[in-house]
Amino acid sequence: MKKLLLALATTTAVLGFASVASAQEKAKICFVYVGSKTDGGWTQAHDIGRQQVEKELGDKVETQFLENVPEGPDAERAIERLARSGCGLIFTTSFGFMDATIKIAQKFPDVKFEHATGYKTAPNVATYNSRFYEGRYIQGQIAAKMSQKGVAGYIASFPIPEVVMGINSFVIGARSVNPEFKIKVVWANTWFDPGKEADAAKALIDQGVDILTQHTDTTAPMQVAAERGIKAFGQASDMIAAGPQTQLTAIVDTWGAYYVKRTQAFLDGKWETTSSWDGLKDGILTMAPYTNMPDDVKAMAEATEAKIKSGELKPFTGPLNKQDGTAWLKEGESSDDATLLGMNFYVEGVDDKLPQ
Amino acid sequence: MGIVEAILLSVITAATPLVLAAAGELVAERSGVLNLGVEGMMIMGAVCAFAATQLSGSPYIGVLAGVAAGALSSLLFGFLTLTLVANQVATGLALTLLGLGVSGMLGESFLGMQGIKLQPIAIPVLSQIPFLGPLLFRQDAIFYLSMAIVAGIHWFLFRTRSGLKLRAVGDSHGSAHALGVDVIRTRYMAVLFGGACAGLAGAQLSLVYTPQWVENMSAGRGWIALALVVFASWRPWRVVAGGYLFGAVSISQLHAQAFGIGIPSQFLSSLPYVATIVVLILISHNRRMTLINTPASLGKPFVPDR
Repeated sequence: MKKLLLALATTTAVLGFASVASAQEKAKICFVYVGSKTDGGWTQAHDIGRQQVEKELGDKVETQFLENVPEGPDAERAIERLARSGCGLIFTTSFGFMDATIKIAQKFPDVKFEHATGYKTAPNVATYNSRFYEGRYIQGQIAAKMSQKGVAGYIASFPIPEVVMGINSFVIGARSVNPEFKIKVVWANTWFDPGKEADAAKALIDQGVDILTQHTDTTAPMQVAAERGIKAFGQASDMIAAGPQTQLTAIVDTWGAYYVKRTQAFLDGKWETTSSWDGLKDGILTMAPYTNMPDDVKAMAEATEAKIKSGELKPFTGPLNKQDGTAWLKEGESSDDATLLGMNFYVEGVDDKLPQ
Repeated sequence: MGIVEAILLSVITAATPLVLAAAGELVAERSGVLNLGVEGMMIMGAVCAFAATQLSGSPYIGVLAGVAAGALSSLLFGFLTLTLVANQVATGLALTLLGLGVSGMLGESFLGMQGIKLQPIAIPVLSQIPFLGPLLFRQDAIFYLSMAIVAGIHWFLFRTRSGLKLRAVGDSHGSAHALGVDVIRTRYMAVLFGGACAGLAGAQLSLVYTPQWVENMSAGRGWIALALVVFASWRPWRVVAGGYLFGAVSISQLHAQAFGIGIPSQFLSSLPYVATIVVLILISHNRRMTLINTPASLGKPFVPDR
């Protein structure tokens, strides 16, 4: 019996050693997804980034991912599982993974973490984000040109700074074209529920909006817009397939270059904690082709995109008031990033009460 | 089309899958079987309905495939819990997990495909009635079926000898067995019917509600259906009341938000759950009636003595 135990112990030790050895040969880069990797939106965009890492650095790294991980405390188990299984660098790709990521990072000081769209860092936790609001500003301008009624519908997910920032930027863009422009906001309180997103889209259209934009993950709203014959914007991935005659453009997340860059830094031992926030000019988001709009609107959108890329135009530039009419930014003054990342107020012109 | 009509149309679409799945589960539970796998059977129905529609080009073939997929999933559950006498709660949960996983795998090649919608069928004459016509008589086949199924279940359970036997099996399988009722066979039929209904509910999701396939698209509706059965105290028409109430509050709160009434959206989002529970508890407040309706053998395994 003792012999058997000894043999078992040795085998385990050898196996354990073997797995460490192979981990040294090929670094393990891991991803935690909030949705399914084929959702056609947010998570799919991250998975395309992961595939790019695999393609460009596949000889040095292997990638692994967990999908459909719920936000909140449940995420801790998922992240911890990856950290234990020998992942060297873990990307947690949803805002709601923030606290779980920080907590597990404290337990595993030797593992590096990267959290998308959050604002908490640690010696081994970096954050990265994309200036989606730049794209939303362009969408707002297009909406103001394309809408007959001057009202757009906005399907929002959760009242977090990221989403509030998007709503504000959309309105600022729209009002730069039509100062009377209005939006109606519906909070779905979910990132992913095709039925509910479709219901929200129907409710908004029934109340008279003729342009739809969304900050949720599936193509259901685009499909409803197509059925009802109005125009809409895609979110996170190019959703043109769901509405060939409907999509005006879409904000397409292109995380690949960032993932490759950070993985390379990790392999070179040069990884350090950063808070990266790139935008249109860096290619971390791109605009899907401007379709289903007249040429002058398209030209305007392209001009705005070019100005944002060159840095000539910053969406959050004064004069801007907060929703209650108090002054926020003076003429020519641009908002600092910290205010944007913690944004918990609406700008003037948003016809909704921000859920707090 | 007025706003009230528009709201009611959305409510019908949102409530139909809940009513269907809950009605099916009600029959299974009335026979004494607690199948927590509704979510799994529903999603299997959704993916198979979508796939069959894409392959055949006909959403009606899709509906049949959805029903078959739900029934087959429930057959697996029946085999494990009725023939092998496995624990019903654990097996039901496993069926949900299995359904979510398998459907994701089956559906992989159908992702992003343009769905084919099950078109409404206008019923002659009736569909011309102002207001009610377009709402109730210009609907898709699954809606008509859902109403027919609930009416059928009510008639079957409370007006037929077989229904009486089924309820007897659910109340006291020992006594029913002693009287010569084939408990296992009755339960198999009830479980299969429940699965078929859940599959039909799934087909509604991927062919009517949102004609597309995305993983996890049932998004918890199976669990809501399960809760509806309990809160409706196992009465078929109360399931309809509960399902439509839930749908109505869900849709109304979205409209309230779009209208900008300034009530926090988190509160509004919880309203459908709160309202449905409160109302169904109120209509089921008669404790004696509730006890009479509760299947006494619910969830208890039965091993016939031979």
